[in-house]
Amino acid sequence: MSHEHVSNTKRIWLVFGYLSVITTVEVILGIIKPESLEFTHFIGLNLLNWIFYILTLVKAYFIVWAFMHMEGEKSSLRWSVVSPVIFLVLYLLFILLTEGHYIYGVFKDSTIKWNF
Amino acid sequence: MGATVTTANNDEKTWGGGGDIQPLGASYGKMMMWFFIVSDALTFSGFLAAYGFSRFKFIETWPLADEVFTHFPFMHGVSAPMYYVALMTFILIFSSVTMVLAVDAGHQLKKTKVAVYMFLTIIGGFIFVGSQAWEWKNFIKGEYGAVETAGGSLLQFVDASGKRVALADFAVKLPEQREALTRSHSTWFVEDAETQPTFTVAEVQAGFKAHPELLIRTEQLTAKKKKTVLTRAESESRLGTAKYVVEGANLTRNEYGSKLFADFFFFITGFHGFHVFSGVIINIIIFFNVLLGTYEKRRSYEMVEKVGLYWHFVDLVWVFVFTVFYLV
Repeated sequence: MSHEHVSNTKRIWLVFGYLSVITTVEVILGIIKPESLEFTHFIGLNLLNWIFYILTLVKAYFIVWAFMHMEGEKSSLRWSVVSPVIFLVLYLLFILLTEGHYIYGVFKDSTIKWNF
Repeated sequence: MGATVTTANNDEKTWGGGGDIQPLGASYGKMMMWFFIVSDALTFSGFLAAYGFSRFKFIETWPLADEVFTHFPFMHGVSAPMYYVALMTFILIFSSVTMVLAVDAGHQLKKTKVAVYMFLTIIGGFIFVGSQAWEWKNFIKGEYGAVETAGGSLLQFVDASGKRVALADFAVKLPEQREALTRSHSTWFVEDAETQPTFTVAEVQAGFKAHPELLIRTEQLTAKKKKTVLTRAESESRLGTAKYVVEGANLTRNEYGSKLFADFFFFITGFHGFHVFSGVIINIIIFFNVLLGTYEKRRSYEMVEKVGLYWHFVDLVWVFVFTVFYLV
């Protein structure tokens, strides 16, 4: 491998800073739960949850790219690791969440009583 | 297999087929670690997606995380949602930082530095596992207690202002007490399926009758994402259908609400905790190898890099578990 093995200490601490700030923002939002965000819906989710998921993905990006040093790997390795995960997870979530929502409707509207 | 043989001549990064051939530009071990991580990531995704499935199924009755995880060490009776789990997250992120610093020092062949950072990573891992054990302890022990109706839904108790009330604060002691049958008191293999709760259903019902200010809170979420509080008359009739007293959590039922909630909590955080624990063990092994100078002789600290990948992955999973269980 022809990695340039210079010390990345500065970048590591910088990424730690990003991750800490993002986590702090998440925790503050999780405690306050601003009503304007929590009760505004946008494509099936409320804005607060959108923010949480996006921040989570940003954190995941930093962990994989900086800490696991994905940015230093060849793009062929990058794609062969990341794309199957993203594709399969989106597929799985789509199927299971749609089905879960459907079953919720069945419980709600049918004559079968679930919990009472 | 040529690829896995390691000698002092630094063949560690070599594939069978010659020194210069490297599929995807990675050494054999590193690539295998990446693909192990892919499969493990899909396993965790499956669990989290199943959690999402069950949550969507019971979206109107799912427990509120803010009311479940409210403990902080040495702060009894203080409701501190999120703080402890945020602390755990920071500990894990920080141990990831020390791990990546160890890898960085390994690239410069600084043995002492690698050892120190590995050691800090191991300490961080132990603190995290310990924190998780503490979190489990609180979750299993419970705080207020609840009752379950014959229909399987859960009823919690609140006072007029909507504050939770523990069973012990109002339940009365009735004379006809039954002790749990244990094996030591019975003929051989006969015993109660579950241990007895502190109070019986009749004691809770009698106590409720004696405290007219109490109301019952159901699992149902209102439009404002709060649990529904019944009127006194409704409360009395709902409590009449009570079948079990539920204290704390186990795999069958829990005092927080949906039964699946505790099942998923135990399973997913348990599986993650198991990963952290095995990560700590692997880190310890590599730490001793560093001390023994194994990688110094190879002139390559790639092994530290490989366990580092695993350790960061454990951190990565926690980031998602944190969001899904505690934030959303």
